[in-house]
Amino acid sequence: MTTAGSEQNKAPGSTGGATGMNVRDQIRQPLWLLAELTYSCPLQCPYCSNPMDFAKVKKELSTEEWISVFKQAREMGATQLGFSGGEPMTRPDLVELIKAARDLGFYTNLITSGVGLDSTKVAEFKEAGLDHIQVSFQASSEDLNNLIAGTDAFKHKIEMAKAVKANGYPMVLCFVTHRQNIDQIDEILDLCIELEADYVELATTQYYGWAMHNRDQLMPMKEQLNRAEAIAHRYQEEQKGKMKVYYVVPDYYEERPKACMNGWGNIFLTVTPDGTALPCHAARELPGMSLPNVKDMSVREIWEGSDDFNMFRGFEWMTEPCRSCDEKEKDFGGCRCQAFMLTGDATNADPVCSKSPHHHLIEEAVEAGRLESEKPVIEQKPLVFRNPKNSKQIAGK
Amino acid sequence: MSEAIFKADSVPVLAQGYRFQWEPAQDCNVLLYPEGMVKLNPAAGEILKRINDKKQTVAELIAELKVAFNGADLDDDVYQFLEEAHDNSWIRAE
Repeated sequence: MTTAGSEQNKAPGSTGGATGMNVRDQIRQPLWLLAELTYSCPLQCPYCSNPMDFAKVKKELSTEEWISVFKQAREMGATQLGFSGGEPMTRPDLVELIKAARDLGFYTNLITSGVGLDSTKVAEFKEAGLDHIQVSFQASSEDLNNLIAGTDAFKHKIEMAKAVKANGYPMVLCFVTHRQNIDQIDEILDLCIELEADYVELATTQYYGWAMHNRDQLMPMKEQLNRAEAIAHRYQEEQKGKMKVYYVVPDYYEERPKACMNGWGNIFLTVTPDGTALPCHAARELPGMSLPNVKDMSVREIWEGSDDFNMFRGFEWMTEPCRSCDEKEKDFGGCRCQAFMLTGDATNADPVCSKSPHHHLIEEAVEAGRLESEKPVIEQKPLVFRNPKNSKQIAGK
Repeated sequence: MSEAIFKADSVPVLAQGYRFQWEPAQDCNVLLYPEGMVKLNPAAGEILKRINDKKQTVAELIAELKVAFNGADLDDDVYQFLEEAHDNSWIRAE
């Protein structure tokens, strides 16, 4: 791909230095800051990755506190800032936060369900310097969507997607798929074409937080995935040059784990609504975390010096089979949170890996999903929706 | 090889959603795009900086680079880079 070298004062003409963010030698710069502004959300998605006890969090960081976090992370090299939640649109100071982040030189990404977004707001965000909006959908069929989202949000989302496009943003749509909507993948993609989407991400539910609780009801079946993958590939071909379709194979059906967060404490920094800094948005659930807070320490102290961020850096912490594995530098042993949730020990290999002695747990989870799906509808476990009432009930137990 | 996108009178512009900027922490120019970053080597940075600064034809861009780089013979390199950058969806021809 590259051409001429780039000797000093010689002709330009090489992209030799071009790399993505997934380069291990860029170790320990928090390139990516995920700002979970709030846990408030008008939706109740049962596959939400927020912690089950989110209702306990009462006090959110103030505008000034957030801007201070942005400044500190930016000084340490962060370039990407994701506004997430909950629903970030429920923060009344969102425009102010976008403007501050953009003025600091961040590439600003808004990750929204589109609820509460109208064309006036999109224009305001544009004016404030927002770079990118990703609208997430629950399904393509109105009924199913309303069921999954627990609210009547669907028509509105379509309007919002159009407003995003009208304001000159590339339209990036994200659909979280699972057993109950994945058979609609062709309808989903037709809808994307109708909306003139530029990018479509079909992301299979990952089992953290609420999604883990609902795993049996969300787990897609192998036949469903085969069909979905074939359809996704067909659309990828047909839409070449018009709409880019990303289809991600769910890790429960893989033989090797994902390189989670590109390595622990490597490029990702999440700050939760109350100011807790985490190496990934699910890490709060791991045992032994000291959960440093940006209100008590500088971002640099947390990133460089905290036990949490150093806990799984490098390879020393690994157990077998990871420790002696020749693929450890590729996937870092997979996801620590998944290893802990499934095996009880966060230093174990992610059981998604077929080399893991716990890989049977993945196969059993898939089987449990199948058994659940084969039950008569009336006997199936209901989905537990992510809302404050359920949060208090479950966390209170 | 597919047909070349860029000719002497084409005007290269950054693709929608891409932003060019100098990153002190990386000590290099970068392209930022949704959820990602490309670090640019000095040569790529020199070309993209000029594309970012003002709209001009490839011929004008090359002329400007020649002034900056002591009249170096860089036509082919620039054309090749532009095609690569286009293949990567960083730029488009206007």
